[in-house]
Amino acid sequence: MTLSRRQFFKVCAAGAGTTSLALLGFSPDQALAEVRAFKLARATETRNTCPYCSVGCGVLIYTLGDGSKNVRSEVIHVEGDPDHPVNRGTLCPKGAGLKDFIQSEGRLLYPEYRAPNSREWQRISWDEAFTRIAQLMKEDRDANFIATNEAGQTVNRWLTTGMLAASASSNETGYLTHKFARSLGMLAFDNQARV
Amino acid sequence: MALQSLDIQARSATTTAVPGVRETLDVAKLIDISKCIGCKACQVACMQWNDLQGEIGHNHGDYQNPRDLNDTTWTLMRFYEVEPEPDRLEWLIRKDGCMHCADPGCLAACPAPGAIVRYSNGIVDFHQEHCIGCGYCITGCPFDIPRLSKKDEKAYKCTLCSDRVAVGLAPACVKTCPTGAITFGGKDEMIRHAETRVADLRERGFVKAGLYDPPGVGGTHVMYVLQHADRPELYGLPKDPTISPLVELWKGAAKPLAIATMALVGLASLFHYVTKGPNAVSREIEKETEHEEEEQA
Repeated sequence: MTLSRRQFFKVCAAGAGTTSLALLGFSPDQALAEVRAFKLARATETRNTCPYCSVGCGVLIYTLGDGSKNVRSEVIHVEGDPDHPVNRGTLCPKGAGLKDFIQSEGRLLYPEYRAPNSREWQRISWDEAFTRIAQLMKEDRDANFIATNEAGQTVNRWLTTGMLAASASSNETGYLTHKFARSLGMLAFDNQARV
Repeated sequence: MALQSLDIQARSATTTAVPGVRETLDVAKLIDISKCIGCKACQVACMQWNDLQGEIGHNHGDYQNPRDLNDTTWTLMRFYEVEPEPDRLEWLIRKDGCMHCADPGCLAACPAPGAIVRYSNGIVDFHQEHCIGCGYCITGCPFDIPRLSKKDEKAYKCTLCSDRVAVGLAPACVKTCPTGAITFGGKDEMIRHAETRVADLRERGFVKAGLYDPPGVGGTHVMYVLQHADRPELYGLPKDPTISPLVELWKGAAKPLAIATMALVGLASLFHYVTKGPNAVSREIEKETEHEEEEQA
């Protein structure tokens, strides 16, 4: 682009003139300022329990969409549940970052099996997993169950298998889990919260 | 009705008046440093709410991570190991972030119309779509808070979750705080709450405990309860923050002077045009230049 001396002066004068006009109050349209729109207004809110420690804080999981047939939901936000008696809306840094935990690439989504001496994990179905666990438990219990002690008293112990339960269960789930383990005679029974 | 969900009280680089009839609740966040355990839940909740993803950093031998505020870290736990008295180590942990000054230095320094606004509830907010990336807000801020993004050359900082407050919720950091060190409410209520905390701390032996609500910037909408209020520099806070005199001069006295000069120049040129008229080339000069050109040829 070539500018003659005259054109250069015109451009400068026009620039200085318009900026001065704006400064003198003849400003163009007022700059509107709006806060960022509230992103959860119509998101689906789901109550859940934080899976990390034994405190078991209540969380609200917000997902995109209203659950319509054609909508694939996706977690967009997680925060504390103000109505939950344990945490009353608060969350620690791990709980506050739950969205990334849910969407982590390394998250385990299905049962996997690694055969003895193998380095490979292979995906198996839930049915296969449950059947295999039940089968192994039954074999072990049949072989090692102790019905009576040396004095002949009934003890019904099963000491060779233990159970590690989740800490984020509700009282009711915890009660049922406890009944299940104890009714098998299982004594080694602990909670993930102590790990 | 204006289009915005919060009334604006001040707007950067704008001379037109702002609507100011409605009176809304002055909000404030109170950070009680004596209750903070440095868990960083606020830091995580802030990033989660504001859809920010920081880069994975490196360990520098202490808990502070990242090292400084940046475009994706709008609040940062700063860890100070200090000895207020000889042989008495204290680990002071301060949640750093925008103070939401009543008289914001960033807004005064900003030359982009509407890039920085102050709402009637006290929140100072950046509007990146109007930001020109000059970084004057960083120079203007007495607390060194705003940060320019290398990605889009816009300035970012804590919004006090203006989008949450506008619909009646508390900021994300306040909601998540497990120890209740961060509280949120009307500013008067927060000052009252701070007084009870200060009285409690004084009873426990922190005789210099007090509230940090610096008057040099008109008071702030983020306040601290400090165990050593007489020495805020222990926590990395300025003792008496004010807007830099350079910004005051440049945006205060110099601005009307410059405007007046420009108006005068405009008027003078108009008068000159009316009285003298445009420059004209006389016949004689034209002939002279023609001769010169012929000679050169």
